[in-house]
Amino acid sequence: MSPLLSIERLSVAIGGVTLLDDISLSLDRGQILGLVGESGSGKSLTALTVTGLLPLIGGRIASGRILFDGTDLASLGPAGLRKLRGGRIGFVMQNPMTALDPVQRIGEQIDVVSRLHLGLSGEAARARTLDLMGQLRIPEAAAVAEAYPHQLSGGMKQRIVIAMALAGEPDLIVADEPTTALDVTVQAQIIQILTGLVRERGLALLLITHDMGVVAQACDRVAVLYAGRVAEERAVDPLFERPAHPYAAALIGCIPREGMAEGSLKGIAGSVPPATQFPPGCRFHPRCPHAVDICRTERPLLRETPDGGLVACHLAERIAG
Amino acid sequence: MTAPSPVSSALPGGLGVLRAAFGRPSGAIAGGWLVLIVLGAIFAPLLTPYAYDAQVLKEAFQPPSLAHPLGTDEFGRDLLTRMLYGARTSLSVSSVSILISVAAGMTLGAAAGYFGGFFDRAVTAVADLTWSFPEILIALILVAIIGPGVSGTMAAIAVAYLAQFARLTRAQIMTLKAETYVEAARSLGAGHAHILFRHLIPNALAPVLVSAMLATGDAIILEATLGFFGLGAQPPTPSWGSMMSSGSALLFKAPWIIVFPGLAVATTVIAINLFGDALIAALDIRDKLGSKP
Repeated sequence: MSPLLSIERLSVAIGGVTLLDDISLSLDRGQILGLVGESGSGKSLTALTVTGLLPLIGGRIASGRILFDGTDLASLGPAGLRKLRGGRIGFVMQNPMTALDPVQRIGEQIDVVSRLHLGLSGEAARARTLDLMGQLRIPEAAAVAEAYPHQLSGGMKQRIVIAMALAGEPDLIVADEPTTALDVTVQAQIIQILTGLVRERGLALLLITHDMGVVAQACDRVAVLYAGRVAEERAVDPLFERPAHPYAAALIGCIPREGMAEGSLKGIAGSVPPATQFPPGCRFHPRCPHAVDICRTERPLLRETPDGGLVACHLAERIAG
Repeated sequence: MTAPSPVSSALPGGLGVLRAAFGRPSGAIAGGWLVLIVLGAIFAPLLTPYAYDAQVLKEAFQPPSLAHPLGTDEFGRDLLTRMLYGARTSLSVSSVSILISVAAGMTLGAAAGYFGGFFDRAVTAVADLTWSFPEILIALILVAIIGPGVSGTMAAIAVAYLAQFARLTRAQIMTLKAETYVEAARSLGAGHAHILFRHLIPNALAPVLVSAMLATGDAIILEATLGFFGLGAQPPTPSWGSMMSSGSALLFKAPWIIVFPGLAVATTVIAINLFGDALIAALDIRDKLGSKP
């Protein structure tokens, strides 16, 4: 059986600038795929592309395709995409503080999704809303449904946003940095809720984050993006034990650990270059501590690692070995 | 982590904002005056024993007295009676025309701001063009086309203020359509109509309503001006403007004929502006509270 979501050699351009370059990913039911990288690496753009919102920001698919449950997203018209969004693909926005309409009651905002996508009546939609809120462990669901967004805490709002994403009975949830705007204890709860949904209901979750801690806690597989390309794509455990790409290794090096000596927390010098100034060869070479001549001229292709992952680095064997 | 209740107390909604506006001294006085005038207009037949068009020529030009608290005019008609009935004309014409203006202006402005493109450029160009003329000029031109009377006045006022509401709404919608909740709604499959009517317009409403409130004050003046020129409500229907017009010739002989309608216009417009300010202040407080994380 083909995977639920399969991105095949996808390139995306906005205004003639290629921002995603030859990205391939796949995700199946019951799986969590983490998409990590710094700002500007193309994570959020991938999310927008998967939900068919690319034309909204003036982008277009330059080559490749996205298959959702065997259907090419490009073959669906605007109406078909609208039906998919919020229906079979749920979307969790980055900032729950601003993702809810301030002048609408919470309940109405969740109701409308199931009314729109499942064709439920007002009463049935509200019953479903309260049921969902209960599943997300929202206390006093009936009172919360009658409240306005400003009356709720950030963590509560993010649960509401997740409830909205779930209300259309999706198979896939795309979560774009769902915990970035929340404090750490609430982050853990939200991640627990999301992973719980995947395990219990067999949803697929595309989790976009720049927090390697969240990745380690939640994901099955990880794709590390750098400057619009996949640098490494592997299962979580081997990636964290023996990262093959210097960029992945550097990201893991940025996670603070208990008992670390003072001053030993590393950063990565420099930042992702703007898309118009991507360097030739391996795009990471200006910031890479291992870079040699070939990295400056030849683009490294994705190669399989012994544990079934993919890595795009000329020196992968030497570094991991 | 389990708080006693996940829901904190709500900020004041529509009625709460009104209550807050009445809670300020200036808002209470202005609001009270407006309520008084509206009640007076509604219950005019119960408040006065006279008819607004009953001419008693032998009682003409009487100064204020117990029988005629505000005096009588050149035809011996009771001035207070005519003022109360005149309030009906002035208030209903100005508020209905502003209502029409807001409805049409919001529709145009919302569509222009949301869809952009050629339609937006066309609406903006026409709005800018009409805004470069004084309202009275636009109103005079329209009355000249439609003809004097209540409906002509209403159309004139509605068109004169249309640009203001279209521009305000357009600006609101353009800021609001970049909000995350709009993107969120879209990412969950909402269409244009849903986003416009359920998210954008409700969020754009507050400033437009306040501006409509203030414009109603201007509209009362515009209505009175057209009445003064004899282009508004036609005799014998009283309006504050036409009463001032007939009083202007008798300024020294019977000053009360022009002074009282003039005072009515002035106090009503001042009251509307003060109450509008109180509303803005009340809404502002809500904004500040709402911006707290």
